[in-house]
Amino acid sequence: MRALFESWRAPVLSVLIFLLFIGAWHAATLPIAAQQTVDAEYAKLVGKAASTGQKSTFPTPADVGAKIWQHLHEPFYDRGPNDKGVGIQLAYSLARVLAGFMLAAIVAIPLGFLIGMSPTTYKALDPFIQVLKPISPLAWMPLALFTLKDSMTSAVFVIFICSLWPMLINTAFGVAAVRREWLNVARTLEVGPMRRAFRVILPAAAPTIMTGMRISIGIAWLVIVAAEMLVGGTGIGYFVWNEWNNLSITNILTAILAIGLVGMLLDLSLAYLTRLVTFPE
Amino acid sequence: MPAFDNPFDPQVKLGTGCNCGRHASQSEHNAALDSEALGSRAVESAVMRALFPHDETRRDFLRAVGTSAALAAISTLFPLGAAKEAFAQSAGKPEKTKLKVGFIPITCATPIIMAQPMGFYSKHGLDVEVVKTAGWAVVRDKALNKEYDAAHMLSPMPLAITLGAGAQPVPYTMPAVENINGQAITLAMRHKDKRDPKQWKGFKFAVPFDYSMHNYLLRYYVAEHGLDPDQDIQIRVVPPPEMVANLRADNIDGFLAPDPVNQRAVYDGVGFIHILSKEIWDGHPCCAFAASKEFVTQMPNTYQALLKAIIDAAAFARKAENRKQIAEAIAPANYLNQPVTVVEQVLTGTYADGLGNVMKVPDRIDFDPFPWHSFAVWILTQMKRWGQIKGNIDYNKIASEVFLATDAARLMKQVGMTPPATTSKKIIVMKKEFDPAKPEAYIASFAIKRTA
Repeated sequence: MRALFESWRAPVLSVLIFLLFIGAWHAATLPIAAQQTVDAEYAKLVGKAASTGQKSTFPTPADVGAKIWQHLHEPFYDRGPNDKGVGIQLAYSLARVLAGFMLAAIVAIPLGFLIGMSPTTYKALDPFIQVLKPISPLAWMPLALFTLKDSMTSAVFVIFICSLWPMLINTAFGVAAVRREWLNVARTLEVGPMRRAFRVILPAAAPTIMTGMRISIGIAWLVIVAAEMLVGGTGIGYFVWNEWNNLSITNILTAILAIGLVGMLLDLSLAYLTRLVTFPE
Repeated sequence: MPAFDNPFDPQVKLGTGCNCGRHASQSEHNAALDSEALGSRAVESAVMRALFPHDETRRDFLRAVGTSAALAAISTLFPLGAAKEAFAQSAGKPEKTKLKVGFIPITCATPIIMAQPMGFYSKHGLDVEVVKTAGWAVVRDKALNKEYDAAHMLSPMPLAITLGAGAQPVPYTMPAVENINGQAITLAMRHKDKRDPKQWKGFKFAVPFDYSMHNYLLRYYVAEHGLDPDQDIQIRVVPPPEMVANLRADNIDGFLAPDPVNQRAVYDGVGFIHILSKEIWDGHPCCAFAASKEFVTQMPNTYQALLKAIIDAAAFARKAENRKQIAEAIAPANYLNQPVTVVEQVLTGTYADGLGNVMKVPDRIDFDPFPWHSFAVWILTQMKRWGQIKGNIDYNKIASEVFLATDAARLMKQVGMTPPATTSKKIIVMKKEFDPAKPEAYIASFAIKRTA
C-alpha cells in the first residue's frame, strides 16, 4: 500500500503543478470590464479589445487549447507554399536538423578520433577549435547565404556548424581517456592499429561520443527555430515567424509546445542509444 | 464560318451580328474575348472545318449529340489540347514557365500576390509560386542568389543594388511600380496628444529598410518640421511584421510603415494613424516589381509574360469595386496572414483611425504600374541628401536604365490602360515643387542634409 502511494506521489504532484499553472494563467487573462465605448460602426472595424479602448490581450488557456485541438485535427494540410500544417513544418525542420547533424557526425567523429589519438594534432588544432567553438551559429548565417547562395543549404550548414563542436570535443576526449591498461593489453597481444581503433578504442569511447551527440542534437534543435525565422520559407521556425506576423499568440504557443515535445523526443532517443552502447565495468 | 466563331455552337449564324447576340458584329464580340481564348477558338474552328466541311452537317451533328459530347468526341479523335497549346506557344512562348517570386507580406505587394490566387499568372501561361520572405535584406540576397526569378522590392532598392549601395553592384531593373500611396505614420497610443512633430524630439521610429521610401518620407517630414532625423530622433530598421509587436512592447514610439501594419496597430488597440503618406506626397511610389537585368535580357518572353500578368493585376486592383474581393483573396495565411477586415480597410480606404473616428479616403492606396523616371531622380536626390551615395551621379542615365518605362507603357496599352506620353512629371512633396531637371539645386535647397 505504502509502495503504491510512493510511486504515485510524483505524477500527482506534476498534475497539480500543471493545474495550478493553468489556473493562474486563466485568472490572469480574464477579460477586464470596458473602460470606454465607441460607436458601433467604428467597433466593427477594429478588434474586440481596441473597441473598448484597450490593447489586445494575452489569450486564455481555453483559446490555446482550442487552437491546439484544431492543429491536431489537421496537422498535415497544405494550402500553398506559405501555409502548411504544423506537422509538415516540423517534418521540414527535422529533415534539416538531421541532415546537418549527420554531416557533422561524419566530419566530427573521425576528426575527433584523430585528435584524441595524437597529442600533436590535438595541440595543433586546439587554438582553432577554441576560437570557432563559441561563435553563435547564427552569426554564420549571412556568410553562408553569401557564399552558398541558397537558403536551404545555408540552414543545413548552420546546423552542421553548431553540432560539430560538442561531438568533436567529446569524441577527442573519449578517445584520449581510454584506459591505459586496455591499450597496453592490446599492444601486448600485437593487435593491428585498425583493429585496435575499432575493437578497443571505439567501444570504450562510445558512451562519451554518444553524450556529445546528445548535446549536439539539443543545440541543433534550438538553433533551427532561430535559423528558420531568419530565412523563412518552411519549417517550424518560419511558422512561428508567420504567426508573429499575424500577432497570433495562440498559434505561437501551440508551436512552442510542439517544439518542446519534439526536442524532448530527440533527446530521449539519443539517451536510449547511449544506454545501448554503455556497458558495466 | 469565320475562324474565331465557336464551332461547337449549333446556333452560330453565317450572316451579320455575333453569335451571342449582344454585339453588333462578330469582330466586336471577339474583341470582348481575350487573346488566349481566341487562340484556342481558332484551333477548334480549324479542326471542325476539316472534319465537317459543310455547315449543315456540322449543325446536325451538334444538335444530335450536344455540344459537350461533340467536344469530347472530337478530342478523342484529335488532340485539341495539344493543338491549342502549340498555338499559344507560337506567340512568344516563355523560356521558363515555373517561376518563383518573392514577396513581403504587406498590401503594397497586392498585384504580385493577388495574381496568384486570382489567376493572372496562369492567364499569361506562367506557373508562379509566390514565396513569403522574412525581410528586405533576405529578399535582396535571395534575388541576387537567383533563388527568386523576380521579387517584390522597395522602389529605391533596384537603384541601390545597381549603384552598389549596401550590396555588391548588380545591374537591376524595375519594370513596374506596384503601388502609389498606401503608407502611414502610426504613433503609440500614449502619444495621442503629441500631434505636432516638433514635440517628437527623442522619439524612436521604425522604418522597414534603409533604402526605402518610408525612410526618405519620414526624414523629409521631420526635417520640414525642423527636426534633424539623425540627431533629434532615432530611426531604426525593423521588418514590417515585427513593427506592431515592437510598438506594443513600447520599444518604439511610432513608425512610418507599409500597410496592413498601420491598420493592424489600430485593430489591436496599440497605436493610431497620425497621417497617411499621401499627405506628405500624394502619388508617391512605394514598392516595386523588380528583376535582374540578366533575367530581362536572357528570358525576354518570360519577362514579358510576367510583367504583363502584374500590370494586368494592377489594372484590376485599380478599380474600387474589385477591392473587397482582392482583400478576401490575399488575407489568408498563405499570403498576408491578417484578418480580412484589416486588409479591406486598407484597400477600400474606409478605416478606423485608432482615435475613434471612421475615415473615408478612397485613394489611401492606389495601383499604378508606370515607373516614372522622375520618381527615380527624386529617390536618388534623397539618397544623396542623406549621404547614402556620394559624388556625382548621372541621374537621368541611372533612372532610365533601372526604371523600364518603355516596356511598362507598351504592356499597359495591351491590357487597356493609358500610359502617360512622357516619363517625367513635376512632383510636389509637402507643398514644395521638385523639378527633375534640376536635381542638384533641389538637394542644395534643403537646410537639413548630410552632404559633406
